[in-house]
Amino acid sequence: MSGCKECKSCPATRESTLKNADYTIALAGNANVGKSVIFNQLTGVDQIIGNWPGKTVERAEGLLLHAGKRIRVIDLPGIYSFSTYSMEELVSRDFIALEHPDAVINVIDASALERNLFFSIQLLELAPPMMIAVNQIDLAEKKGITIDTGKLSTLLGVPVVPTVAIRGKGIPALTNAITGLMQGHTVPPVLRYGKEIEERIGKIISLLGMVTTRYPVRWTAIKLLERDPVITQIVREQDPGIVETAGVLAGEIESIHGEPVCVVMSAERYQVADRIAAEVISLRAPGEGPQKKSLTDKLDAVALHPVLGYLAVIAVIGGLLVWTFLVGALVSAFLSGFLSQFEQYRPVISGPLMDILLNGAFTGFVAGITLVVPYVLPFYLLLAVMEDSGYLTRISVMLDRGMHKLGLHGKAIIPLILGYGCNVPAIYSCRIMETPKQKTLAAFLVTLVPCTARTVVILGLVAAFVNIWWALALYAFDILLIIVAGRIAFKTMPGESVGLIMEMPDYHVPSLSVVLKQTWARTKSLIWIVFPAYIIGSAIIQAFYAAGLLTPVNDLLAPVTVLWLGLPALVGITLIFGIVRKEMTILTLAVLFHTTNFAAIMSPVQLVVLALVSMLYIPCISVILVLGSEFGWKKALAISASEIVMAIAVGGIAFRLLSLVM
Amino acid sequence: MASEQVEEYLEAIYDLESRDGSAKTTTIAKCMKVAPASVTEVLKSLSDKGFVQYEPYRGATLTEEGKKIADTIKRKHRLLEVFLTDVVKLNQEKVHDQACRMEHTISEETEDALCRMLDAPAHCPHGSPISPCNKGVGSCAECNSAGKTDMPVAIRDKKIIPITDLDLEQKSRIAFIRGDCKVVQRLSDLGLTLGTTVSLLKKTPMGGPVEILVRRTKLAIDHAIAENIFIESPGPGET
Repeated sequence: MSGCKECKSCPATRESTLKNADYTIALAGNANVGKSVIFNQLTGVDQIIGNWPGKTVERAEGLLLHAGKRIRVIDLPGIYSFSTYSMEELVSRDFIALEHPDAVINVIDASALERNLFFSIQLLELAPPMMIAVNQIDLAEKKGITIDTGKLSTLLGVPVVPTVAIRGKGIPALTNAITGLMQGHTVPPVLRYGKEIEERIGKIISLLGMVTTRYPVRWTAIKLLERDPVITQIVREQDPGIVETAGVLAGEIESIHGEPVCVVMSAERYQVADRIAAEVISLRAPGEGPQKKSLTDKLDAVALHPVLGYLAVIAVIGGLLVWTFLVGALVSAFLSGFLSQFEQYRPVISGPLMDILLNGAFTGFVAGITLVVPYVLPFYLLLAVMEDSGYLTRISVMLDRGMHKLGLHGKAIIPLILGYGCNVPAIYSCRIMETPKQKTLAAFLVTLVPCTARTVVILGLVAAFVNIWWALALYAFDILLIIVAGRIAFKTMPGESVGLIMEMPDYHVPSLSVVLKQTWARTKSLIWIVFPAYIIGSAIIQAFYAAGLLTPVNDLLAPVTVLWLGLPALVGITLIFGIVRKEMTILTLAVLFHTTNFAAIMSPVQLVVLALVSMLYIPCISVILVLGSEFGWKKALAISASEIVMAIAVGGIAFRLLSLVM
Repeated sequence: MASEQVEEYLEAIYDLESRDGSAKTTTIAKCMKVAPASVTEVLKSLSDKGFVQYEPYRGATLTEEGKKIADTIKRKHRLLEVFLTDVVKLNQEKVHDQACRMEHTISEETEDALCRMLDAPAHCPHGSPISPCNKGVGSCAECNSAGKTDMPVAIRDKKIIPITDLDLEQKSRIAFIRGDCKVVQRLSDLGLTLGTTVSLLKKTPMGGPVEILVRRTKLAIDHAIAENIFIESPGPGET
């Protein structure tokens, strides 16, 4: 039953998916319940992380080998409900209902049973073969919460396994239960809502006899009652009468409860969840004397403190950047020294075409290695540690107010920080934002964040030959520019924005497997997108260069570069090269001027202006590719074009102003 | 004494009381641009009606009854300001004076209709909060449907306050969520359903997000959203 042979709406699913799996199972549950840890425990290293076809939602799958069977494991996005609030919710419910996985494992957090059961109840309505893993039972025990998993299993009618995934506890029991579930399962009893709701669900079910959807009947009826836009549309195409009746019934519920029907249904589900939770939870009475504060409370007293909290944010982000660039510069120097033994590091611009192309490709490869390994990798590793420990959510809370100025909210700090490493994974991470407008806005601002390659240019031109303060001033100016550009874009872009509503997980010691997986997921996009773009782009540009297109290009750009920006004419071509790789600006400059002492060929003003322009003028080709694939080519080109205009305008003004002071 | 005058006085006392703790005769006089002697007259009469507590030389404070009237008038005033600014597009400087005169004449029904038309704004154009209405509804959607059918709605019997006004660690039950359906849906998905007990864990400075505890889960919520989550005002004894 695995796979979706008849499904024509998602032909791309099978392209990025594991072949020859005997079974398919899915992990579903809230965010921050340790779902990813269980996923890693089940599948090991054999994972494919990609996109749901046509959606900006991450899809992770891996292979579990158990009892001689190949089982494909899909890690569904962490969600709280099956409404249509976000793309993640739609993707998950369609996967479960339409692709019929052989089993669904609902991972729930033992410490927040009610909220997790709220989701389990909805999952049960989709009626897949299902089981529950009650995770982090150790943490719940510490808080005095004991859960009777046997009773939970009886009440819900599905197998329940307690786990402590981070320590591998309960994983063998889980895999056994999965195999058991795939061999056959009993249909769990229906969880009933209030009388006035059930009566109306029954009425709709009786009408649905002639309608065929690929969703379960009771679920379809409930969704019709909830006025779910997607399901309503599907049913309307077959029988508009039912939709009308369901609308009337929903109206009746609304007038009984005086609430929108979807809110009534949430309240009903929470009532069921509360009732079940009350039956299976036994609370240990807190001990005598004053309650001991938990570690999370103690840490939050600093992390969310009105003064200390901001100092902590500055120290942590600043430390992250400084550490990255100090360590990065050392490792990078070592690596490029090592690699230059194999091949001429400088661009070859004469001789046979093949040599030129190979040399171009090799310099692209070297550039990739000397940027990714020393700078980006450690940066993302440390960031993943911060993320998994729970501290990143505190940064989001502290900076939420500031992010409002950009038309975003606290969560957007994650893509923006990621952008300092490389813009490519940062743009992917804009998926965490809720609305399309906020996603696009965040991605646009990410492209203005100076990534490692741009930092190399700023440091190499300004910090080395002017002074460090001008380099820092450029950074400060960039932040200012992000604020201004963010405000303008927020005002002009259509679409809606929603405020921050975010769960605050407890702090915990980061799990090595989750940290490594997150780092790898982000670095991987560099290997598949940035590396090829570097290598191919460098080879092509080298060929253009050798073909003698240098002077014509420079002449063509001269009105802008020389007259408006006040730079030497030769700089024109380096800016073109910079589209492929930003740090190539500085590399070509050295070759063209036959010196690395840039102070000898350019004035301090020119150095600052050149750094400023290369920081802003266009996202590099890899970023444009990713923008195109995530948001469409129209938006990618609009962002690129507006940044070229902005960089030229800002650069020209800076040239004139700086000439007065420097 | 005309009801308009009563309301004007109560409003002035309300403002002064929230600024200084109590309203002194001389300050009221300055505010209302009248002689202190006539203020004393009015205060005595308001005190007789049970709207203010008045002690000579110490000033006046509003009674529960007086506060209720002042609250309603403030709400009408600020709703009218939003209306005059956003819909009528009146010059910002004239908005306050105009609203000051209109607030005494509009009926409760008009007030509700205004609130619905303006999508239940949370702030006046000058940034002051608009208190929720005193209807016994759990959300604005409920008010909307009641408005369509012209259904009478009971008056809410308990006093409600935004969750942001709770003291830290204080607990209470959700009574009313103001806002559009999408946000209300999201909040209820995360466990914030009507009648649920919530407590305020932390506030961040300068109107940053607040952290609340609901159903054993900690949530960080945008300040503007949290301001629209109203809870039953806990009595002085409950914590």
